[in-house]
Amino acid sequence: MRLASGGRIDRTRSYGFTFNGTQYQGHAGDTLAAALIANGVRLVGRSFKLHRPRGIFSAGAEEPNAIVQVESGAYTLPNLRATQVELYDGLSATSVNTWPSLAVDFWSINNWFAPLLPAGFYYKTFMWPKPLWHTYEKVIRRAAGLGRAPMQPDPDTYDHMHLHCDVLVVGGGATGLAAALKAGRTGARVVLADEQSELGGQLLGNRQKIDGASGAEWVATAAQELEALADVRVLTRTTVFGHYDHNYAALIERRTDHLDLIASGGERREGGTRQRLWKVRAKQVVLATGAHERSIVFRNNDRPGVMQASAAACYVNRYAARPGNRAVIFANNDSAYAAAIDLSEGGVSVVAVVDARSDVNSDASKLVKAHGIEVISGHAVVDVNGRRQVKSVDIVALDEVGKVGASGTRTISCDLLAVSGGWNPCVHLHCHSGGKLNFDAERACFVPGKTKLAVRTVGAAAGIFDLTGCLESGSEAGALASQKAGIRRRGRVRKVPVAEIESTEPARPLFHVPSLKRGGDTKAFVDLQHDVTASDIFLAAQEGYESVEHLKRYTTLGMATDQGKTSNVAGLAILSEVLGRPIPQVGTTTFRPPYTPVTFGALAGRDVGTLADPVRKTPMHQWHETAGAVFEDVGQWKRPWYYPRDGESMQEAVNRECLAARNAIGLLDASTLGKIDIRGPDALTLLNRIYTNGWDTLAVGRSRYGLMCGEDGMVFDDGVTTRLGEHHYLMSTTSGGAARVMSWLEEWLQSEWPELDVRLVSVTEQWASASICGPGARRLMEELSKGLALDAEALPFMAMSEGRVAGLPARIFRISFSGEVSFEVNVPSRYGMALWNILMTAGEKYGITPYGTEAMHVLRAEKGYIIVGEETDGTVTPIDLGLERMVSNKKDFVGKRSLSRSDTSCRDRKQLVGLLTEDSTEVLPEGAQIVAEARPLPPMEMIGHVTSSYHSANVGRSIALALIRSGHSRLGEQVFVPLSNKRVMAQIVEPVFIDPKGSRLHG
Amino acid sequence: MAERYQQQTPLAHFGLAARATSDQNESARSVRLGEREFSGQINLRGDPGKKAFMDAVSAVIGSRLPTRPNTSVGPEDLQMGPRVLWLAPTEWLVVTSPGGTEEVAQSLADITAECGGTVTDVSDARAVILLGGQHARDVLMKGCPLDLHPATFVPGACAQSLLARATVILYRGADPAQTGESAFEIYVARSFADYLWTWVEDAASEYGARIIEG
Repeated sequence: MRLASGGRIDRTRSYGFTFNGTQYQGHAGDTLAAALIANGVRLVGRSFKLHRPRGIFSAGAEEPNAIVQVESGAYTLPNLRATQVELYDGLSATSVNTWPSLAVDFWSINNWFAPLLPAGFYYKTFMWPKPLWHTYEKVIRRAAGLGRAPMQPDPDTYDHMHLHCDVLVVGGGATGLAAALKAGRTGARVVLADEQSELGGQLLGNRQKIDGASGAEWVATAAQELEALADVRVLTRTTVFGHYDHNYAALIERRTDHLDLIASGGERREGGTRQRLWKVRAKQVVLATGAHERSIVFRNNDRPGVMQASAAACYVNRYAARPGNRAVIFANNDSAYAAAIDLSEGGVSVVAVVDARSDVNSDASKLVKAHGIEVISGHAVVDVNGRRQVKSVDIVALDEVGKVGASGTRTISCDLLAVSGGWNPCVHLHCHSGGKLNFDAERACFVPGKTKLAVRTVGAAAGIFDLTGCLESGSEAGALASQKAGIRRRGRVRKVPVAEIESTEPARPLFHVPSLKRGGDTKAFVDLQHDVTASDIFLAAQEGYESVEHLKRYTTLGMATDQGKTSNVAGLAILSEVLGRPIPQVGTTTFRPPYTPVTFGALAGRDVGTLADPVRKTPMHQWHETAGAVFEDVGQWKRPWYYPRDGESMQEAVNRECLAARNAIGLLDASTLGKIDIRGPDALTLLNRIYTNGWDTLAVGRSRYGLMCGEDGMVFDDGVTTRLGEHHYLMSTTSGGAARVMSWLEEWLQSEWPELDVRLVSVTEQWASASICGPGARRLMEELSKGLALDAEALPFMAMSEGRVAGLPARIFRISFSGEVSFEVNVPSRYGMALWNILMTAGEKYGITPYGTEAMHVLRAEKGYIIVGEETDGTVTPIDLGLERMVSNKKDFVGKRSLSRSDTSCRDRKQLVGLLTEDSTEVLPEGAQIVAEARPLPPMEMIGHVTSSYHSANVGRSIALALIRSGHSRLGEQVFVPLSNKRVMAQIVEPVFIDPKGSRLHG
Repeated sequence: MAERYQQQTPLAHFGLAARATSDQNESARSVRLGEREFSGQINLRGDPGKKAFMDAVSAVIGSRLPTRPNTSVGPEDLQMGPRVLWLAPTEWLVVTSPGGTEEVAQSLADITAECGGTVTDVSDARAVILLGGQHARDVLMKGCPLDLHPATFVPGACAQSLLARATVILYRGADPAQTGESAFEIYVARSFADYLWTWVEDAASEYGARIIEG
């Protein structure tokens, strides 16, 4: 019910919203949970396993029950906490775990079978008969479902932002504000992040005063001052969800989730980026993350109407929403007394405060009594009556050791049970980065212990639960963090804000009130979201799961989307009780990021669609695109794969391109090949050490093909290197291997051979490269390069010349990957497109034909030239490839020793051969296994595999390359390739199918 | 001989000059984007510990090579002379005006040949994206992990880093006349230019971007 006045809501702005299909009204400033409470909605969800009716339990991130799916279609987000969803006009939400509806939930029959669904039931049952498991699993998964993932493309954008700062303050409550103010005043670069829509934390939900002003007033003044500081950035609606090494923190800012959806077509909000992932690197971190109020475990403690005491007060104070009409408070500490008064003043009839402590004499208790509220000390709530909502509670006397007396149960009727079992500091972020925890016996909670990072945890997060203490510790940490970050200024000295002094008496640790009923603890919930009960923990301990990590996995305690924020500590305490060991010895489970769930959209940021991965384009790319080329991805490069003419299939286009390259002129964009400029007096030494073959005899202006191996003796990369000057070489690498080879060379130079005077510069991107091959190539080149001698004598195969081609400054290399006479022309990249256009125009009369990577592959396979990555896979030596002649025995080189290992020098390694299928139209699939002896069914001994396979228009049949065991000595032998639907017979041949003497190449 | 019309910048296909002329949207001034065309880039390697090398280079570029990491020397206006960015302990990038590249490269090569210098013209290897305006830094922060705070990454600072998924050299120029504005140059490998321009324009759209002539 909505109170007539008060709260931080804007009563002038009314919002309509739907929950599970029903229309309600709320106000600006409401959360979904607050609006539901204001509308008297008690039942908001069903539990995960037993489908028990559940109500709103908290007012923040720890919410285990009110888990909702917001909106539908492309815009939908599952598994949000209604307590954190800001209300906007037209919001539509549904409960996540119900079928067919929240009110009539089919799966609530599980509740009747609860005794059959104990901890570990998943492991114990449904395993027999085994084949049926898959059927069971589907049903179980549906019954235990959470929200639904969106099935349509996300219409929104998400992005990332990097940020550096001196001090990152996490949490904008009293403590965090004190810290940020103190640090900000020194001129430090401060980032203050808070998950709520406005700063203030708990101050928004209670009635505490600071420096005589109301909490809200103090917050507003602080926020104003922060706003005015130039280097302070305040991020609200921003959750710090992970804290990692080196004080790296990940933040998720929800920028437009709270705005109205615009009904226009795409269902998209205004305001741009929906969520932003901040990647913050902070010199110092102050964690002022506050604390979550703890529940107490007793029978039926999950009934709608059972709520944290602080949450109940928060709904009244902050949202002017009454969570019940008649309340009982159950507490073991003083903080609930303030809640009792707030509720009472908010018009809730508070019947009694049931306090587990026997002598209660605090000022707070006197105040409560003055409000006419009965204080029942030395008692505990032992059971809750009512199914869909609390109707009454049973209370019972508690003796000194926490045993309940069997007699003297008293029933008090009420519709709201506000529970305070003490407070759990939010130590999550401290633990994400490896911080340890200490158990503070006096305050009965885990507090942050040692950490390796420059992190200070302060305020309630450090177990300081009085407001004055929070403000002091915040101020102190803010000042210290700024100083440690290297800021010399002290900032204006201001008095540390002071709250009204609260008298506090120690809490009485109480985690579990054993049920008086037989089997009653099967309904006493520890983990509300995952339906883990006290009896599940007893059972796990009894079955030997004594380690807390085992307990967690066996019972799934704390493994729901709330990650056990309200349950982990209670679970540990109960385990400790069962095992008879103190809590510190039982230990805690690990806290892992994210603190609350994060959308995939935010993690992906803008790395989606066309920006998912960089696309590298050559200087001639636009020409290829205009010509209708089909592109192939080679690493990040887009290379033309083939250029289909009207109606041509891929095979037809490739055939045409291959024939043109051998009968007219073929033109290939070779710009993607890696190029490394190598200079220095020791350049030759470097080449000799890196390549398997020798380089001493290479003259200036001449090129040589080189192979390089890894230290394991396996082929690593290949390419042609040209000597440009006395101590100057240009190395070319494979397209995909360019960066790898550059790093490889630098690694050897910098860490192994620093004595070599050699300098490397990558010039891959400096040069555009066009390869012109075929019988007409020389004629075209001569026509375009008047004055350059390009005949076979002046510029023989593997020679290089510099000059002008059609007026463009160029390097011309007589190198070939096709086996034809070939000129590779390099021009500075700015001229790449001009060169290509000139070649295409001037070559038209000779039938010049651009060809793509597929034709390139076919042409080189016809000649048996290898491609690193096709014929090699990291397990192939130069000798395996039949390239013994390229392995020098006159020098040392990287990988040489590995070539004499017993494994690499044995005779029955897989070796490169050619394969001709019996049926010349049969093109073998690449990767197909080869057997010597064909049998109808496996097993068959596999002796090799097909590495490259094409239809060759020039040869007029299919050709293939293969790696076959002892292949070099099996020429002429017959082998078989078993495929899924047939068996192909093939003959092992030399891996050269065209011009074995190389007369075309040298011509 | 090679003509001007035969030259293409890495971003030529975006038609930026035409867009700059037509884009007179005065209200969207918080980010300015453009491509600087054909300025020279020379990779210089050498040993800063060799006095002869350092002196020789000074004679050509008119100032001493920067040896403090991520700093630069030279005039803001390239017409006044080359600017040198520190890339690594033995590596620099000499940026020149469009016309002056060959001459500077040749002089550097001649003068440093005897003292172990290596000069490589890489003018065509990278695109230069100009990014300025009030929100220029925010655009960079979306993809660059470096600390670009105005007091840390000061005018004249340079660094090699990542921007989105591309390796870049970042250079911060002198602040423009308007207060609160900053100006950056982004050097990116030519083949990545298309990707990075698309990324930068996307990142800038939040603030309103205007295309300027390089």
